Amino acid sequence: MPDNEQKNRQDASLHLTYNVNGDNFTSAGEASVDVKKALRQLGFSPAFIRRVAIAMYEGEINMVIHAEGGTAEVYVYSDHVEIVLADHGPGIADVELAMQEGYSTAPDNIRALGFGAGMGLPNMKRYTDEMKIDTEIGVGTTITMVVNTDSDKK
Amino acid sequence: MKISEIAQLLNAKIICGDDMLDEEVHSACGSDMMSDVLAYVKDQAVLLTGLMNTQVVRTAEMMDMRCIVFVRGKMPGEDIIKLAGMCGLALLSTEERMYTACGKLYLAGLRGDVV
Ligand SMILES: Nc1ncnc2c1ncn2[C@@H]1O[C@H](COP(=O)(O)OP(=O)(O)O)[C@@H](O)[C@H]1O
Ligand SMILES: [Mg+2]
Repeated sequence: MPDNEQKNRQDASLHLTYNVNGDNFTSAGEASVDVKKALRQLGFSPAFIRRVAIAMYEGEINMVIHAEGGTAEVYVYSDHVEIVLADHGPGIADVELAMQEGYSTAPDNIRALGFGAGMGLPNMKRYTDEMKIDTEIGVGTTITMVVNTDSDKK
Repeated sequence: MKISEIAQLLNAKIICGDDMLDEEVHSACGSDMMSDVLAYVKDQAVLLTGLMNTQVVRTAEMMDMRCIVFVRGKMPGEDIIKLAGMCGLALLSTEERMYTACGKLYLAGLRGDVV
């Protein structure tokens, strides 16, 4: 994260922090639901809120199915939202490959639950304006995403 | 199309959302892969699915949908019904299989997304 970004975080009008429980597929997504609610209360547009919520939801699901959980931090500004998802999971060996639609290492039991189609990371990219993946094998993964209110992405 | 008409066309049980039956919905999608729903759906209000777990409800909520139709007679458990109630989603259950359920709604004028 560049220094100016760090400094800017102090200017966030709202900072939300969540623990994402890695043992519980059922509760995955609770943080995203909460963020959705908070953004709605702040009066952001439904289309913007949806993009934030979907990107974060896919990230949350990934932390649960691939990394035994982690933390989610959300910084809300007047014109954008920054989401930082950090885990101490196995890391991603080949990020470029992982970003491809359809690539997935998810086991069959996850596929039977409706996830593991290899669309999560591409979806996160699709709905955000910036996305950065910092990952190290055996150490963990941190994904930082920015969604701008005035973006014409849908 | 009203949610009540969907229930009628599919001879579906209304599991929750009785207060939403008069609500108008304009498009639907059918899928068992939630990431596909999250990727391609745009303003669809109804999700038809053969999948049954809490993430189906969360996916529908993320997409601002109004109604989930469970096909093949699947009935949700208490946890799913409770979650749907909290996010204001109507739940229906039909004996029809996915293809037929989608076909019936499509024929009656409920369309998917324009590609
Ligand atoms: N937080 C993570 N930690 C470790 N590996 C991950 C993480 N997120 C994604 N991956 C890897 O990237 C692949 C692609 O992710 P994604 O596009 O979300 O598809 P899916 O979750 O359906 O497998 C995953 O199968 C997994 O191998
Ligand atoms: Mg995923």
